[in-house]
Amino acid sequence: MAQFKAHSVLPGFNLALGYTLLYLSLIVLVPLSALFFKTAALGWAGFYDIASSDRVLAALRVTFVTSFAAAVTNAVFGLVVAWVLVRYRFPGKKLVDAFVDLPFALPTAVAGITLATLYAPNGWLGQYFAAHDIKVAYTPLGIVVALTFIGLPFVVRTVQPVLADVEAEVEEAAASLGAGRWDVFRRIIFPAIYPALLTGFALAFARAIGEYGSVIFIAGNMPYISEIAPLLIVAKLEQYDYAGATAIAVLMLLISFALLLGINALQWWSSRKGAR
Amino acid sequence: MSITIENLNKRFGDHIALNNINLEVKSGELLALLGPSGCGKTSLLRIIGGLDVADSGSLLFHGENVVERDARERNVGFVFQHYALFRHMTVFENVAFGLRVKPKRERHTEAEIRRRVTHLLELVQLDWIADRYPSQLSGGQRQRIALARALAVEPRILLLDEPFGALDAKVRKELRRWLRHLHDELHITSIFVTHDQEEALEVADRVVVMNQGKIEQVGTPDEVYATPATPFVYQFIGNVNLFHSRIHSAWTQQHGDAVAYVRPHDIDISHTQQDPASLAGEIRLVRAIGAVVRAEVAVAGSDELVEIELSRERFEAQPLVNGDQVFIRPRQVRVFDESVKGSL
Amino acid sequence: MSAQALQRKIATHESRGVTLALILLALTYLILFLGVPLYAVFYQAFSKGWALYWEALKEPDALSAVKLTVIAAAISVPANVVFGVAAAWAIAKFEFKGKSLLITLIDLPFAVSPVVSGLIYVLLFGAQGWFGPWLQAHDIKLIFAVPGIVLATIFVTFPFIARELIPLMQAQGKEEEEAAVSLGASGWQTFWRVTLPNIKWGLLYGVILCNARAMGEFGAVSVVSGHIRGLTNTMPLHVEILYNEYNFVAAFAVASLLALLALVTLGVKSLIEWQARRSGEPLHGTH
Repeated sequence: MAQFKAHSVLPGFNLALGYTLLYLSLIVLVPLSALFFKTAALGWAGFYDIASSDRVLAALRVTFVTSFAAAVTNAVFGLVVAWVLVRYRFPGKKLVDAFVDLPFALPTAVAGITLATLYAPNGWLGQYFAAHDIKVAYTPLGIVVALTFIGLPFVVRTVQPVLADVEAEVEEAAASLGAGRWDVFRRIIFPAIYPALLTGFALAFARAIGEYGSVIFIAGNMPYISEIAPLLIVAKLEQYDYAGATAIAVLMLLISFALLLGINALQWWSSRKGAR
Repeated sequence: MSITIENLNKRFGDHIALNNINLEVKSGELLALLGPSGCGKTSLLRIIGGLDVADSGSLLFHGENVVERDARERNVGFVFQHYALFRHMTVFENVAFGLRVKPKRERHTEAEIRRRVTHLLELVQLDWIADRYPSQLSGGQRQRIALARALAVEPRILLLDEPFGALDAKVRKELRRWLRHLHDELHITSIFVTHDQEEALEVADRVVVMNQGKIEQVGTPDEVYATPATPFVYQFIGNVNLFHSRIHSAWTQQHGDAVAYVRPHDIDISHTQQDPASLAGEIRLVRAIGAVVRAEVAVAGSDELVEIELSRERFEAQPLVNGDQVFIRPRQVRVFDESVKGSL
Repeated sequence: MSAQALQRKIATHESRGVTLALILLALTYLILFLGVPLYAVFYQAFSKGWALYWEALKEPDALSAVKLTVIAAAISVPANVVFGVAAAWAIAKFEFKGKSLLITLIDLPFAVSPVVSGLIYVLLFGAQGWFGPWLQAHDIKLIFAVPGIVLATIFVTFPFIARELIPLMQAQGKEEEEAAVSLGASGWQTFWRVTLPNIKWGLLYGVILCNARAMGEFGAVSVVSGHIRGLTNTMPLHVEILYNEYNFVAAFAVASLLALLALVTLGVKSLIEWQARRSGEPLHGTH
């Protein structure tokens, strides 16, 4: 019979695993399951009614489109930042490198009110857009700005170590075989960092979908136009519509899980690629 | 402290790591567990040390069953393959660790601990680096510190997992000799695992040759080299030429499928046929390597290459050149049935 | 040939122009998205002078928000430290079935929107929740009260420490612990003398990130807080209220404290990374 656990001389397994499972269940699993039980009570028809209502669909659409746009922006510029930080030397590089993590450390509400102030039509940055008749704050574009801020470190931090690991020798070999700089990037470097780039993109995307604090100040929160799904949950809660809030929450959770699975598969894939 | 191992079995999933192992280790001897990787030698060592448990069988230290005792209580010193030095502690603290974690009533005074650790560091000739950290040491130094650390708790048995595996050739040789001297000084029952035959033959009192979870042969270095018990031992220890009975029935002296095993230095070579049973061939390659000369002979009428070793003296008396037509004849042959042919 | 011209000849380097353009592009992006907002927080906070800034901070509601934020972090961070160490010990030092599932489950809170993280506790402990009637009967208030805020904070910061420690301890292996045990050390001795010193930088790293998130969490706390001024408002929630009341100076004053916390976090984080590299304990660096 196969054993549950392999023998080890180290003590404390039962205590450590027992505590881990207890704490995990109390803090995470039981509360999350409440969500599903509540939805189950709603019944399939009830769930479908809520999930397919125009306002919910619109909110999901806004959430996904803006999150995708922000993640794409970060994929492009994050790659440039990672490249510059790994490949070049310039004064203040260490400081810039540390600074990239600011969005992880800065509370989202602070980011939210600051971006809203900056991109308001009379704000420091908003005035330039206003001069060209572009409204940023209180439109979906503002949401993209906030989500770009929130997701900025993901691509940089996933691509950076992989890029640093690309061996100079491989590039030198390619160059000695006559490849130009652009060819080397396109055929040698990019294939190597592509999985990491994709992972970073997915992480930024997943984070953006659930984001709340930084968005609500700049979004304007107009139903059907600039109302994101998390805000809709809060709105339903404030009207004591627990069933409605829960249904949207479950919907978002399922989407997040699918993304999480995708990210894990990506990482598995890239680690396998790396092992070859 | 003698060790008795009876009917020991261990499997990992479908893989049989140890298959009914029986072994007697005499008190005070230095024993080598020799075999290719995956043969079960490290598993056996870890089970003796209490780091793994066997599925069945018994393990006795001086006649006393210790299977139920965990590693802490076995009083065994274990030297890990990659040393497992505590990287955040100085060399001194590494060696002192075993003394410091003793229960209060058994613990020595600080002065006594200092004295003992200093003594051990002197023993391994590294008292001058007591304040360094493991990352600042060379491989050979780490190895000796790991040994000193294991000796600090005055173990009854010393177990070493590939003690020289991670060292370069020159340091290996030095440490090998040093370990032998140390053992002769301390006379503590010691078992070390190695995949290097030269190491086992040079250092150990007795050698246990293992393959695929089984013991192939137990004997002194001379015994396992001169009279291998199985084809596997023949091939694993030293070089060997194989002659199939189908082709060379005169040598194998029997019909049916058998294989003759002949050491390269057990073959006579001459330019004239002195024995009807000798084989004709042509010299293909001659290489002088230190005190010995190696020659490859292509046997006439087949595509077999036979490796031959002769002393430099012998070679100088009768020089061989590529293309020479020669006759070869084995002085000593060992014949095994084809069915028991050892697998490497 | 000048050194610069020679540099351009090296096949594995971009030309000077491309290099400069890429650096400028990266820096512009970072300044626009990170530098300007950070500067703006402090600029707005001090826009009406020191006096008003100071006034906003010493106001009782602001002080009680600071206090509640500190309390929430002071409970949730140690709780997650104990959990993280236990989980990492079990996962990194032992082989057992279902390990990868366990790791995935530990990551779960990162995949959940902060708003949903708050919602699940409302569903459990709110007036209409599973335990709502029982809690009401015993006159215990979790939701719209401090315990709910602490619970939500624990949830959103749940994986931080475990995620930092698991890969670190897995990479370190268990040979050192086995050596300690074979030298006669007990379980606790092994943990305190061998394991903990080896993971101290990783642990500290996790604590710093966990604390930053615990103090800055907005969405989850917002759902369970009830926004009662002076009672259940954390600093980020207080910022929101002030902002929505068009009291921008006060909002940015409190926000500047949080921004300062972020800067301190980044500084300490870099320091830890530097120390860890020096002591040869490579960090994993997850988020």
